[in-house]
Amino acid sequence: MVPTFGFIHIQFLLEGAIWTVILSVCAFLGGGLMGLLIALLRISPIPFVRRLAAWYIELVQGIPLLVLLFTGYFGLPAIGVPVSPLLAATISMTVWVGAYLGEFWRGSLEAVPKAQWEAAECLALTRWQRMFKVIVPQAVRNATPGTVGFMVQIIKNTSLASAVSFVDLTRAGQLINNSTFQPFVTFVAVAIIYFLLCFPLSVLSRRLERRMARGMAKA
Amino acid sequence: MEVSLDFSPIFERWPMLLDGAIVTLLLSVAATVSGFLIGTLCAAGRNSRFRIVSAICAIYVEAIRNTPFLVQIFLIFFGLSTLGFTLSAITVALLALTINVGAYTGEIMRAGFDSVHAGQWEAAECLGLSRLQTYWHVVLFPAAERVFPSLSSQFILLMLASSITSQISVPELTGNANYIQGVSFRPLETYLVIGVMYFILSVIMRQIFNLIGMVAFPRRRRLGTPL
Amino acid sequence: MNISPDNKAVIVLRDVEKSFGQVKVLHGVSFEVARGQVTVLIGRSGSGKSTALRCMDRLEKVDAGYIEVCGHVVTDPALELRKLRLDVGIVFQSYNLFPHLTIGENIMLAPRSVKKLPKKEAADLARATLAQVGLGDKFDAYPEQMSGGQQQRAAIARSLAMQPKVMLFDEVTSALDPELTGEVLRVIERLAADGMTMVMVTHEMGFARRIADQLVFMHQGKIWEKGHGSILDAPRTPELQRFAAQEL
Repeated sequence: MVPTFGFIHIQFLLEGAIWTVILSVCAFLGGGLMGLLIALLRISPIPFVRRLAAWYIELVQGIPLLVLLFTGYFGLPAIGVPVSPLLAATISMTVWVGAYLGEFWRGSLEAVPKAQWEAAECLALTRWQRMFKVIVPQAVRNATPGTVGFMVQIIKNTSLASAVSFVDLTRAGQLINNSTFQPFVTFVAVAIIYFLLCFPLSVLSRRLERRMARGMAKA
Repeated sequence: MEVSLDFSPIFERWPMLLDGAIVTLLLSVAATVSGFLIGTLCAAGRNSRFRIVSAICAIYVEAIRNTPFLVQIFLIFFGLSTLGFTLSAITVALLALTINVGAYTGEIMRAGFDSVHAGQWEAAECLGLSRLQTYWHVVLFPAAERVFPSLSSQFILLMLASSITSQISVPELTGNANYIQGVSFRPLETYLVIGVMYFILSVIMRQIFNLIGMVAFPRRRRLGTPL
Repeated sequence: MNISPDNKAVIVLRDVEKSFGQVKVLHGVSFEVARGQVTVLIGRSGSGKSTALRCMDRLEKVDAGYIEVCGHVVTDPALELRKLRLDVGIVFQSYNLFPHLTIGENIMLAPRSVKKLPKKEAADLARATLAQVGLGDKFDAYPEQMSGGQQQRAAIARSLAMQPKVMLFDEVTSALDPELTGEVLRVIERLAADGMTMVMVTHEMGFARRIADQLVFMHQGKIWEKGHGSILDAPRTPELQRFAAQEL
């Protein structure tokens, strides 16, 4: 007998949603570290290092996340590195998030006025101190709305991990559809859960942006 | 341990990769055109005097932008078939990509429309131009010119996102690669190759957009200044 | 000022009232403009003169009163806006040229898309009107390549190309440096000499006195005095007295 979409399915979807959140957090943390590294390399005083980071960004931004995920999931075992779906997805998404956040954060770092860099230099701070005591805190303020907005992209894109057997919200939906043959109800329910995860972040991002624009106008 | 890469089983199947790349490119170009149309209409709709029209456009944009493309395409693909519409996978792919990129384009074009000063509208109105004529002659091109970098990035993201249509078995580049890796047992090599192919496609698309920009915005071509 | 019987008024404002929210900007404004006559609205910023001008082209809707321009009843809700705009040309303080089009394209746009003129004819028309404002060599230039004074003259040419019966000028020299103001005013003077019916809002008092067949002095949304340029020499009301003392 074909089961109809019911309470247990919603429960199953919510379990999947928890894994979606877990992967999103992993991808954001991993990708955030990667992004910070790339952003700093992008403004390094050594031209070769700058170029290397630029190539990384260009290359990753020219490849679909799905292909990165397949490469991680199928490719790592092929070279003798066994990975679980969660680990493979986290690694691939770290690479992907790192490129986008790296490029975006580089812009935020460079948006800090030149005078601030010079002032920091005059205070005889080391390059490291200048960066993390003076420049980064200011850049963080500029970058926050866009970063929150990018979190929405991360959450949505974790759905692609379902293609490498990671049982997240989307995969849970597919499994339910396979047994109930009720795609409309199932995927609308899946979409609603994603929407509930993403929409508050979208609103927050827009609100932060507006507040910052107002702050700029006053200054 | 020893890692040996062998690309020959993949290169042997180059016609399949080429076919896939062509499908990817055609799908992307078609969805770019239709998505731009939908998005521009949607952006204009959000400025509409009729509350219901602007509300519908806003809901469309928010619903699409806050849900994954993969779920959208599943909903359309499996949903339509239960309603008795049997569309080919590639038709569904084009439909889903259009709906998806239309929402993003709508948001970008709205920012473009907002950047056109109210005085421009007023001047056009006083010259006797209709609302439609004003959109076409006065508002659309400056708006598109100002947001053109965002637009072209968005359409390159669309090309990359078309890989997701492999999940409903569209024979585009990723779909064909999935087949090749299955028969060659060389997944790493397969995905490295198509990774490079996608990269090349994205470079090609960027060049195409530069060209479109040159043709569509003669003022920028001649003066080189931002609007 | 002689309004002969066949020269009946082409613009009529009668008891016009207009508020923005709580603020009353027009308070029973009435005046008439005869064919071929130049009327200049003067007064401080915020006196309502620009609003009065904008009401004539229905860029603002009035709350009460009657406005007629070239036979169109502007205050009639059923007014066909496009017909009104075909008869009325308006030039703004901020030029509002279309930045992505050349000057020639700016001028040809309305004749081609509204009047459906063929391209060749529209181009001839554009060249003729450009010559009229002394910009014969600027057909292929973009607005950003020209000075403010040239842009404003191009904007005037763009309006003239629609062959309006009435021209409205809304502080057209306020955004210009003094040395560029003169070239724009000379174009307007020539139009006046050619017999164009015009209403203008300006802060150039010397020019206003020289060109006006009728001066209308507004203060706090009301008309206090109207008449020849000579009203500035012998103001009857203390409001105009104070204004004239400051401005002249």
